[in-house]
Amino acid sequence: MPKVKPHRTSPSLDMTPMVDLAFLLVTFFMLTTKFAPEESVVVDTPSSISELKLPENNVITLTVDKNKRVFFGVDAKQTKIQALQKVGAKYGVNFTAQQAKEFGDLPNFGLPITQLGSYLNMDKEARKQVNKQQPGVPLDSLNNQLIDWVLEARRANQAIFHKPTYIAIKGDGDADVPTVQQVIKVLQEKDINRFNLITDMENKPVATR
Amino acid sequence: MAEIQGKADSGGKGGKKRAKKMSTKIDMTPMVDLAFLLLTFFMLTTTFAKPNVMQLTMPVKKTDDVEDTKIKASQAMTIILGKDNKAYYYFGLNTPLDKTVAKPELKVTNFSANGIRQVLLDRQRQKPEPIILIKATEDAKYKNMVDILDEMNITNQKKYALVKVPQDDLTLIKDSAL
Repeated sequence: MPKVKPHRTSPSLDMTPMVDLAFLLVTFFMLTTKFAPEESVVVDTPSSISELKLPENNVITLTVDKNKRVFFGVDAKQTKIQALQKVGAKYGVNFTAQQAKEFGDLPNFGLPITQLGSYLNMDKEARKQVNKQQPGVPLDSLNNQLIDWVLEARRANQAIFHKPTYIAIKGDGDADVPTVQQVIKVLQEKDINRFNLITDMENKPVATR
Repeated sequence: MAEIQGKADSGGKGGKKRAKKMSTKIDMTPMVDLAFLLLTFFMLTTTFAKPNVMQLTMPVKKTDDVEDTKIKASQAMTIILGKDNKAYYYFGLNTPLDKTVAKPELKVTNFSANGIRQVLLDRQRQKPEPIILIKATEDAKYKNMVDILDEMNITNQKKYALVKVPQDDLTLIKDSAL
């Protein structure tokens, strides 16, 4: 009886299904991904059980960081540029077309309008250096630029997209309440009473009775 | 490394030389490498989850002819957000000028599940429909504010409001030295 030779199978295996799957996923992620814009400030939001989601667009985001600075941002580019020109006109600051374009790409900023021009002239790397020292948008009663930004952004958004805007407040967990309350108060004075506090998700605990 | 399977036609009957048949199989390893690299990249950079939001509706700006709503002392409960994640609370109203009302007893707790939540639930059991006044002192953190609003949602409170902290309450905290 001849020896039974084990049939040698080649070690290469058919990878076609795996490749199919991998490319399917790649395509999916490529299409669904939306690159997170680099924010000029990092905040760590507190968590809540709320399951409401932030609307996709027409959102004005007011970021409050732990150093009492307030940053202003709005999602749509056109809204941003129009608001820039309106607020600039109010404070007598003019922006070039190039600066306006740069501003359109900015996710948010925390500067008085007088300093905004030079900030927009910088390149991306230089801005990163300055970001830590941004003083925040002024919002005290003497020099309240924040409300102008919010009002102009709302108006611009209404004019361009005919949609109302949502105000989202993105506060750092360590931010102090007076600053947040000041932001709320400033907006309340202009009859803006609905706010969305951005929070992380947390599992709903079972309330024991 | 496209591998060529040379064995496919090694029947070797001699004579006629057939053109070597090339196998249709190619080595897909580099492609798979690339695919997974891209996959990983997109998976990590994608911002999937939209942030959650908590709705906060503040009362409409007060006009002069509208008076503040008065609340009954039996329903009232005050939570004061202090520093170092402390939550002070008392039941009833704090009116030191009015001598007929007893001074409320201030207690302190924290924002954990066994802290303020139990207090709220206990209170709800004893006296349904409390009106909760949330007062944040200057030392409070924004996190505390979100936490306490969250507790309102967790314990299903119907009536609560964010109000300014009056001087009387600050003295109450100071006096009680909790």
